[in-house]
Amino acid sequence: MNQVAHDVLIIGAGLAGMRAALEIGPGVDVAVLSKVHPVRSHSGAAQGGINAALREDDSWERHAFDTVKGSDYLGDQDAIETMCREAPSDIRQMEHWGVIFSRAEDRRIAQRPFGGAGYPRTCYAADRTGHALLHAMYEQVMKRRAKVYEEWFLLSLVVEDGECQGVVALDIRTGELVMCRAKAVILATGGYGRVYLTSSNGLVNTGDGMAVAFRAGAPLMDMEFVQFHPTTLKSNGVLITEGSRGEGGILINARGERFMEKYAPHAMELASRDVVSRAEQTEILEGRGVEGCVLLDLRHLGRDKIVERLPQIRDLAIKFAGTDPIEVPIPVRPGAHYSMGGIKADIHGATPIPGLFAAGECACVSVHGANRLGGNSLLETIVFGRRTGAAASAFVGGRAMPTPSERHLKAARDRVEAVLAGHGTERPWELREALGTVMNQDVGVFRGRGELEEAARRVARVRERARRPKVMDRSRTFNTDLTDALEMQNVVDLAQVIVAGALAREESRGAHFRKDFPQRDDAKWMRHTLARYTDEGPRLSYGEVTVTRYEPMERTY
Amino acid sequence: MRIEIEIERSCPEEGKAPYRERFRVEVPRHVTVLDTIIKVKNELDGSLTFRRSCRSAICGSCAMRINGRSGLACDTLVESELHRFGRLLVQPMAHMPVVRDLAVDMGPFWDRVRAVQPWVSRPAGEEPEWPVERETLMDQDAVEEMDDTSRCIMCMACFSACEVSEVDDRFLGPAALAKAYRFVADPRDAEHGERLKVLNGTGGYWDCTRCNQCVEACPKDVKPMEAIVDLRREAIGSGLTDTIGSRHITEFLKIVRREGRLNEGRMPINMKKANPASLLGVAPLALRMLRRGKLPFPVHAPIPRVREVRRIIDRKGKGDEEAS
Repeated sequence: MNQVAHDVLIIGAGLAGMRAALEIGPGVDVAVLSKVHPVRSHSGAAQGGINAALREDDSWERHAFDTVKGSDYLGDQDAIETMCREAPSDIRQMEHWGVIFSRAEDRRIAQRPFGGAGYPRTCYAADRTGHALLHAMYEQVMKRRAKVYEEWFLLSLVVEDGECQGVVALDIRTGELVMCRAKAVILATGGYGRVYLTSSNGLVNTGDGMAVAFRAGAPLMDMEFVQFHPTTLKSNGVLITEGSRGEGGILINARGERFMEKYAPHAMELASRDVVSRAEQTEILEGRGVEGCVLLDLRHLGRDKIVERLPQIRDLAIKFAGTDPIEVPIPVRPGAHYSMGGIKADIHGATPIPGLFAAGECACVSVHGANRLGGNSLLETIVFGRRTGAAASAFVGGRAMPTPSERHLKAARDRVEAVLAGHGTERPWELREALGTVMNQDVGVFRGRGELEEAARRVARVRERARRPKVMDRSRTFNTDLTDALEMQNVVDLAQVIVAGALAREESRGAHFRKDFPQRDDAKWMRHTLARYTDEGPRLSYGEVTVTRYEPMERTY
Repeated sequence: MRIEIEIERSCPEEGKAPYRERFRVEVPRHVTVLDTIIKVKNELDGSLTFRRSCRSAICGSCAMRINGRSGLACDTLVESELHRFGRLLVQPMAHMPVVRDLAVDMGPFWDRVRAVQPWVSRPAGEEPEWPVERETLMDQDAVEEMDDTSRCIMCMACFSACEVSEVDDRFLGPAALAKAYRFVADPRDAEHGERLKVLNGTGGYWDCTRCNQCVEACPKDVKPMEAIVDLRREAIGSGLTDTIGSRHITEFLKIVRREGRLNEGRMPINMKKANPASLLGVAPLALRMLRRGKLPFPVHAPIPRVREVRRIIDRKGKGDEEAS
């Protein structure tokens, strides 16, 4: 089998991909292709919750306002309004599909406070909300017997006559390259957290869909906006949910001071993530940290609340930090967590390339702008997964199955053979570590021209070396040395876009903070960054931000 | 610290039979087994094959057998393994064919999960139409009833550890049955009765021997065996009493109530009295056992103060009724 054909082909089987698959109409043939089994997808690692204005005394407009403000006015307000308006129905639908949400006294879905939100509107399933959603979604996929190509790796998009006609993929198990023809392709491949050396993300989060789309000519938008989560574990970057602060956890420095008083006197620990991460980093840089960390103190919540609401967090802290949060504060620090940027897509998931759609973290719609609110990423996957599935389903009506040239397959084969030939001297992990080190050091919470210019040079050098990694495994069967190398090439391309965008954007907005330009500059920079692939490096241009009803204001918490 | 790790490797599709290979690596003290094999792959042998992603025990990718016990490599510490076993041996999980090295074919596992129809079944005509105006109302108590089983990450460690799956490939195994209980316990599910009926047969909840290996292996404390016991209780409660397993429980209780203790000689007779022909079938065995003193005589008097035992049993039965 070196070719398959489906009306709609979805790449990625996390929440956005599977939600899209469930929305494909009757009579439309759909398949999902994923480099890992669906329940291994990183959506499952989301902990704290998913936002929706469910209660009568809340409103989707307030949710939209909080999101716009959280985005530091870079989010497109039409997209944000769409997401917040449709959120309650999507949450309820997931509930009917079997998600076991935690419940309030009145038997409705329970909600907790979250960062940057003016109302406790984060629905949750203890501290494993993503897991609950992901498994329920896969249950629905099993119920409908949707076709899933498990452990297939995306190599390239097939774009001919300016439209997307499928993908070339590697069947990891057999080593076979397969031409997958499709009338429409939806990318739902998640984020690129692994561009950084330490990240809350799984090892599979290498932004494959973004990199592949970028090389095929799709513009990437706002890639310089990388969210650093305020509470990740020092040893391995594993996430400690914002829900732990939502439940009342506080942050203290080495002197025992509740330092958020200085930075966000009203919202305190529940200011938005960019604000809290900068506060922590400032404390650490100014010598009030504890071995490169600050402390997350949950002790006053008491054993019962920790065990009921944050059981997984407790396990993780005991296992990976050697501290039981019932007795001792957890050392935490900001860690790369989420990609606000991604493949430019409209509110139907359509990208500028006809036939190519994108949803979830790999897309930039843009609902998160310069900084995402906690609880909005799961929401984005569900709302825009559904919308994109519907749009792709409608798009394929009446279209003939394309018959792209075999040269796409040949080009992919040449690339794989070149990697497998393995004439280089550096292992894929060495290159990834070299890249990640640069990104950690110079493209982190605080940025400056000097560091970014240095980063650009160093990333370009790694990219040159990355063309010829040293692959030791020559086998066809389940060759993960090969996929490691291909993923490494993807993160290197994305790093270049992140650095270019960060260097160009001479202002501070949301998660992008320039020490040399510490103010937000709406007149000049209330614009989306668009990056297009060229052989010489990313070419940048800028696009308008859609404003509906929320005029930019100063942003304080 | 410098440690030695032994890894079982193979690649059946390329004709490589299983063999064990030793690697010596320098690792930090609190290193996990996963980080150790990643280091081996990175630095010593790039062809070493295994699955991994989240590093935080939620994606379920990296289950394997570590010193013979199935579990997640990302939440097993090397130091405690060395301390306990004096060595570190890593093998692929059992009961599934190996694809390569530590990566197994997950097909047999997921076939079993699919067999329990693992999704909430709504009554016909009640599928939610978008926009959905309201959620189902549910008590937090109901949520907590599903808490253990809903923690499952489908890592397959329990299936690999299951002793019944070792000898009987019809058995659905711990994870699939725990998943089944998660739906039986779900007030939104309309198929409780049907689920219990289907799983009452071969391969279902009665085929578990309650060895507790699945409970030991589970990295998320799902306690599959307890879910299987819950399924049995639900089955008997809903009138599915025509199985050897359920008769064993009801006759056991009846005998204890009557005699104040278990009468092991009586059990087989009670179990098979509905089918006298089958009783004849085991008669020669029973006689042989009796002759060798291996079978207590089936007729004896109740213990003194048997009434107190009966009172306890009756009160407990009443309590259960009130609770339900």
